[in-house]
Amino acid sequence: MSSYSSSARFDEARRVAIFGGTHGNEMSGVTLVNLWVKNGSEIQRKMVDTKPFITNPRAVEKCTRYVDTDLNRAFTPENLSALGEGDLPYEVQRAQEINRIFGPKGSPEAYDVIFDLHNTTSNMGCTLILESSKDYFNLQMMNYIKVTALRSYFCCVNIVLCDWFIAGLEVGPQPQGVLRSNIFEAMRVILKHALDFIELFNEGRTGVEFPTCTVEVFRVLERIDYPRDANGNIIAMVHPNLQDGDWEPLNPGDPMFLTFDGKTLHYQGSGTIYPTFINEAAYYEKQQAFVTTRRETLVASAIRKA
Amino acid sequence: MSVLISLYLEQSNSGTNRTTYVMECVSLPPLSNFAICGGTHGNELTGVYILREMQKHNVEKVGSVSITTVLSNPRAVDACRRYTDRDLNRCFTDDLLSSPITESTPYELRRAQELNAHLGPKGSEEAVDLLCDMHNTTSNMGLCIIFNSADWLILHICKYLQSKITSMPVRALQMDLPLSEAFSVDSLGKHGFSFEIGPQPHGVLRADVFNTMKEAVDLTIEWLQQFNSGRTFEGGEVEAYTRWKTVHYPRDPTTDEITAAIHPQLQDNDFKLLQPGDPIFLSLSGETVKHEGDALYPVFVNECAYYEQKIAYHLTQKSTLTLPSINVKKD
Repeated sequence: MSSYSSSARFDEARRVAIFGGTHGNEMSGVTLVNLWVKNGSEIQRKMVDTKPFITNPRAVEKCTRYVDTDLNRAFTPENLSALGEGDLPYEVQRAQEINRIFGPKGSPEAYDVIFDLHNTTSNMGCTLILESSKDYFNLQMMNYIKVTALRSYFCCVNIVLCDWFIAGLEVGPQPQGVLRSNIFEAMRVILKHALDFIELFNEGRTGVEFPTCTVEVFRVLERIDYPRDANGNIIAMVHPNLQDGDWEPLNPGDPMFLTFDGKTLHYQGSGTIYPTFINEAAYYEKQQAFVTTRRETLVASAIRKA
Repeated sequence: MSVLISLYLEQSNSGTNRTTYVMECVSLPPLSNFAICGGTHGNELTGVYILREMQKHNVEKVGSVSITTVLSNPRAVDACRRYTDRDLNRCFTDDLLSSPITESTPYELRRAQELNAHLGPKGSEEAVDLLCDMHNTTSNMGLCIIFNSADWLILHICKYLQSKITSMPVRALQMDLPLSEAFSVDSLGKHGFSFEIGPQPHGVLRADVFNTMKEAVDLTIEWLQQFNSGRTFEGGEVEAYTRWKTVHYPRDPTTDEITAAIHPQLQDNDFKLLQPGDPIFLSLSGETVKHEGDALYPVFVNECAYYEQKIAYHLTQKSTLTLPSINVKKD
C-alpha cells in the first residue's frame, strides 16, 4: 500500500538554474555551463525552464577563485542589502545581481531549484551538499541521483549534510584550473539524473510519487585546522595516511598530520569520524585542513507534486 | 675539459674478439657553492616550504658546500599565484636579462635581473657553481630532473638520485637550447637543473611530494660533498627524454576556446609510449581524437599552467646518454 495520502506535497519545479564558475578556476562547471549556454538541448526537459549561468565571469576570465571576495560566502543578508553599487566588492555586486535574477531566496519569484557546480582538490568523488535534513524534495532528489548513478555507472555519490555549507555539487579530485575528462563527465551524468528526477516529479499528474526512503548521509561536525606556529604559519602537512582518504574512517590514534621534520601527530578525538574536504587548496586561507563528519541515516518523507 | 677515448681489443674465453670503447675519467673543478631556489612559481608550494624549513634551520653550509636559499618570486608566493605580471621562469634569456629597466618594466623582469646579479651573471665565472630550482606540476610525472644541455655533472646527479630514490620514478628531461636562449632560472648557474614533481594541484602541499623533494635535495647535497671530497663516480648510461614537440588543444576556429579535454586513456599516462591510433583528446561533444605520426613519449600531460598557451602536452623521444666516470680536479 502506498502512503499516497501522507506524502509531502511540493509545487512542480518549473524553473531550474545551473550555476558554473562561482569559483572561476573550478573548470568542470565553467565548461559545462559555457557548453550549455551555446547549446542547451542536453539540459532541456519537458515542462522545465533550465537556465545555465556563469555566476562570476571576471573570476572565470582570470581563471581565479575570486576577484575581491569569495562569491560563495557573499550571499549574506548584510551584503544583499548593502548600498554603494560600484564601490562594493565585485562579488558583493554579483551576489546582489544573482539574487535579483534568481531570488530572492524563499520568495515566490525565486527559482525552484539551483545547482551550483564546484570542483575540489580533495579526493571526494561525487558529493552532493544538503543544507537541511527536513528538505525532503532535495533529499529525495539526491537519493534518486545516488541510486541511479550507482546502478547505471557504478558511480558512488556521497551526501554531506551541513547548514554552514552552501548547497551544491562538488566533484573531485581535480586541480584548480585543470579540466579532467572523467570529472567533467561525472558531473554531467549527475546533472542528467537530477534533471530526470525533476521531469519525473513534475509529471505528477499521472500519480508518480517518490515513496518514503532512507538515505545515508555524512553530517558535518567540525573543521580541523593545520597545526600552526605563533605567526600563523603551517607547521605540519596532512599525513600521507590521511591524504586522499575522504570518507574512510579516522579512528582515535590514527595518523593525522606529519611535521616537516617527520613527526606524526595523531587524531585525538573520542570516537571514529569520517573526514572529508581533505587538503582542499582553497581552504588553506580558511584555516581548514579537513572537516569531520559522522554517518547518519535520514528518512525522507514520500513526496509528490501538489 | 678534455676527453680521451681509448680503444682496445679484448680476447674472451671463447676466442672471439670484442671491441670495447672506454671513456677515460673526466676531472672537473670542485663545486663549492650551491643555490637552491623555490617559489619561482608562487603556487607551487613544495619548494616554498622546503626553503622555509632550510631557512628555519639556518642551512648555510654542509661540509665543503656553501648553500644559498632563494625565494625567487616573493610577490607571487604571497598571493599564491604562478606570477604577478609574467612568468618569472621565462625571463632569463640573454635578451631579457640585458633589456633596460624602466618604470613600466613588469615585476618579474626586474626580479630576473636581480636574481642574475645575485646568482649569476649568467655565463660568467662569478655565477654560482650549481643551481637547483624546485617546481611542481599537476601532471603525473613523478620526479623529473630537467636540464638544458647534457652536462655530465648533472647526468651523474640524475644517475645517483635514480639509484637512491624509490618513492616514485625518477627521470631525466633535456631541453637542449643554446645558452643564450635558455629562459629558466636554473640557466643562471654554471651548472643548473630543476626538480619537477607531480602530480600536485597548485596551491596544495602534499606530504608525499614534500618528502620526495626533500630527499632529492638532501641527496644532491650529499653527492656534492662526496664529489668534492674526491670520490670517483663510475660512468654508465642514463636515459633522457629529449627533442620536445608541443601539442596544442583542439580549439574553436572563431573563438579560440578549447573544445576537448585530454582523453581518459592519456590522462595521468605521462611517459607511456603513445602509438599512432591511441586516443589523445575527448571532445566536449564526445568525439575521440587520435594520435598520428611517430610513437613518442608524452610529458606534462594536462599541466594547469599550460592552458594559457593552449598547450595540452609535449612529445619527446627517449635517448640513451653515455657518461664517463668523473671526479674532482686536484690542483
